[in-house]
Amino acid sequence: MISELGHFALTLAFFVACIQCVVPLIGAMTGRAALMALAAPAASAHFFLILGSFLALMHAFVTSDFTVRLVALNSHSLKPMIYKISGVWGNHEGSMLLWVLILALFGACAGWFGSNLTQSFRARVLAVQGAISVAFLAFILLTSNPFLRLVVPPFDGQDLNPLLQDPGLAFHPPFLYLGYVGLSMAFSFAVAALLEGRVDAAWARWVRPWTLAAWIFLTIGIALGSWWAYYELGWGGFWFWDPVENASFMPWLLAAALLHSAIVVEKRESLKSWTILLAILAFGFSLIGTFIVRSGVLTSVHAFANDPERGVFILIILAIFIGGALTLFAARASAMQARGAFSMVSRETALVLNNILLAVSALVVFVGTIWPLLAEMMFDRKLSVGPPFFNLAFTPFMIALGIAMPIGAMIPWKRGVVMRPVKRLLPVFVVALAAAGLIWAMQSGKSLQGPIGLFLGTWMVGGAITDLVSRLGKERDYSRLLRLPRSDWGKSVAHSGLGVTMFAVAGLMIWQQEDIRIVAPGETWSVGAYTFTLQDVSNVNGPNYRAVRGDVALEHKGRFITTLHPEKRFYPIANMPTTEAAIDYRFLRDVYLVLGDQQENGAWTLRTYIKPLTNWIWAGAFLMALGGGLSLTDRRFRVAAGARRKAPVATKNAPAE
Amino acid sequence: MRLRYIFLAFSFWIGCAYAVEPDEILADPALEARARVISKDLRCLVCQNESIDESNASLARDLRLLVRERLVMGESNKEVLDFVVTRYGEFALLRPQTKGSNVILWVAGPVMLLLALLIAFAYIRSRQAQVNSAASNALNEDEKERLDKILEQTNLE
Repeated sequence: MISELGHFALTLAFFVACIQCVVPLIGAMTGRAALMALAAPAASAHFFLILGSFLALMHAFVTSDFTVRLVALNSHSLKPMIYKISGVWGNHEGSMLLWVLILALFGACAGWFGSNLTQSFRARVLAVQGAISVAFLAFILLTSNPFLRLVVPPFDGQDLNPLLQDPGLAFHPPFLYLGYVGLSMAFSFAVAALLEGRVDAAWARWVRPWTLAAWIFLTIGIALGSWWAYYELGWGGFWFWDPVENASFMPWLLAAALLHSAIVVEKRESLKSWTILLAILAFGFSLIGTFIVRSGVLTSVHAFANDPERGVFILIILAIFIGGALTLFAARASAMQARGAFSMVSRETALVLNNILLAVSALVVFVGTIWPLLAEMMFDRKLSVGPPFFNLAFTPFMIALGIAMPIGAMIPWKRGVVMRPVKRLLPVFVVALAAAGLIWAMQSGKSLQGPIGLFLGTWMVGGAITDLVSRLGKERDYSRLLRLPRSDWGKSVAHSGLGVTMFAVAGLMIWQQEDIRIVAPGETWSVGAYTFTLQDVSNVNGPNYRAVRGDVALEHKGRFITTLHPEKRFYPIANMPTTEAAIDYRFLRDVYLVLGDQQENGAWTLRTYIKPLTNWIWAGAFLMALGGGLSLTDRRFRVAAGARRKAPVATKNAPAE
Repeated sequence: MRLRYIFLAFSFWIGCAYAVEPDEILADPALEARARVISKDLRCLVCQNESIDESNASLARDLRLLVRERLVMGESNKEVLDFVVTRYGEFALLRPQTKGSNVILWVAGPVMLLLALLIAFAYIRSRQAQVNSAASNALNEDEKERLDKILEQTNLE
């Protein structure tokens, strides 16, 4: 019964979305306030209907209602509660429902907090949001209904893919979707601005926080996914340039570009049409990501929906929205007159360079991702594009970005002199160079990666600190440090986060140690300065799996550190084995231990990795997200939103008289 | 394409990838190191986007052994890769060749960067021209003379 209600609510949401899409748009075009006023309540109703539908599906999962096909296919009565809940979005249908739920949430937020927008603009934004929702609700209702019942329900379910039964992955999709779908706000604002034919600083002040929020969620989502891959997939890789990873990485790069170019629109009223285009592209790549994941056209580990019919449907949605928006852009972009003038050496130019590097690197990832498809269709070549290509083609952009960032971040607006920030940054440059030289000398000239990584890390973190200190004025009054605007702090924290991540990636790739061997219980071996003893191997039973668990004592230079428990698990219901690596997390390094197969003589294969700086990769990502958060709570967003609330209220009352 | 879908079913095994087994490792550390380098550029043919170095599929193991066999025979890294390509096609290469239509793939990045830089340069020049014209909005000699005349006249009136 509850499932039927959920289905009904979803259908109702579809019709409400249709109204939300059509009526306010007509109102905005004909200037009828009553029709425009419908937008916000429609967005709220739309959200609550989808929320109800989502909760109904969650209820089916939590109560293990196996008459619902989706639950029977993806759940099991013995599964721990947290995975029963995360199982709701651990499958195609449920994850699409989460997608539209978040879309509706963002739309409703624009309705609730958007009272400082002009009425016609808010109506248009909500209409565009409604249109996206209409398309995806139709997709769910027509091709992937989560509420289908089974005529003959099974006694128990088929269980969720054991790889997905993990706390890291339980919350990876919601964050990723908050990011993907958050970019729909930037898209709706861009399209609404094109329809109105007006972009100004106020527009940018609205778009930037939404983009920033979406970017923060994307950052967290990607970091969670990468962390999950690191500890769960069993060989300690953290990034594979898998099509599905690329699908989330491209919107991230474009969102990063967008939130930088929006600063230029906000502060200098330049780069308007470019920012609009970026907003369209960023969401376009979110849709492309959804298409790649959902259609399985570039099959990969993650693609759980391998249905061409669904793929074509999403492709049509993609073509309509992005094609439509780009056509509108081509027709209207010339109306966006740039106002601010600036010279060749200026913050504006630096941000243009930032945008070029981020956007082109996103396109490089895109070309690499779809090249196997293109080559097969156009040149009849079956080929692969793997990590070696991406490492070669993508990394130079990040190096260039890293080198330019500290200087660009300190050049003044409008017209600057490049020598002033360079002079300020000289000490940092020297320190970074010295650190890189030291590493270069120590590693006996093996590879450039380590020194470059260390140089970039030091340079970017040092540059971010220099930037903050330079804000203190001539007297170097450090008490002012805490009183600096949060956006300054946010910028420095996020920039150093990128530096930390770059350094960690380089360090991990260079200094990782690996050891593969066969070990009998009781035997001792050592890797680097660490000594390991396989004490015992025993059988253990989990709630819905059986496992073989090793007990390995870890010592460092004769001092006992901890006992590690690598496991090989077998999930009988899903009929799938998994590995649970045992990891000793420390500040400077991880010790990563994987239990392999048993040999004929009773000994076990054991893989040992010493992975330096691994945690810094995610610490850097966390710093980036934190920086974004600090910037998001900057005074100008908090106060400006409140201060401007009064003015539009007056205009809103005006027509009523 | 159909085959690829079947591979997907197998690809769930990726989750328990153990990669190189101890019995495969060559006695000569220099050769083994080269084998590892080559393995990272070769695709596990039945997996999705995984090198044979990372995969535990039996076909990946066969390929790893094949690579080591060829290395022991004294072939260079390139000869080994070429041998694998003639046997399994370029699908086996994770680093696409730079021949034929693949040139598009390899030059796409640099070309797009160059284009973007050119467009940006032209755009910034036009913005800069505005800075200059804003600066030249100051009156020139002729205009000053005319202004003076006008002011004089208004004063006289």
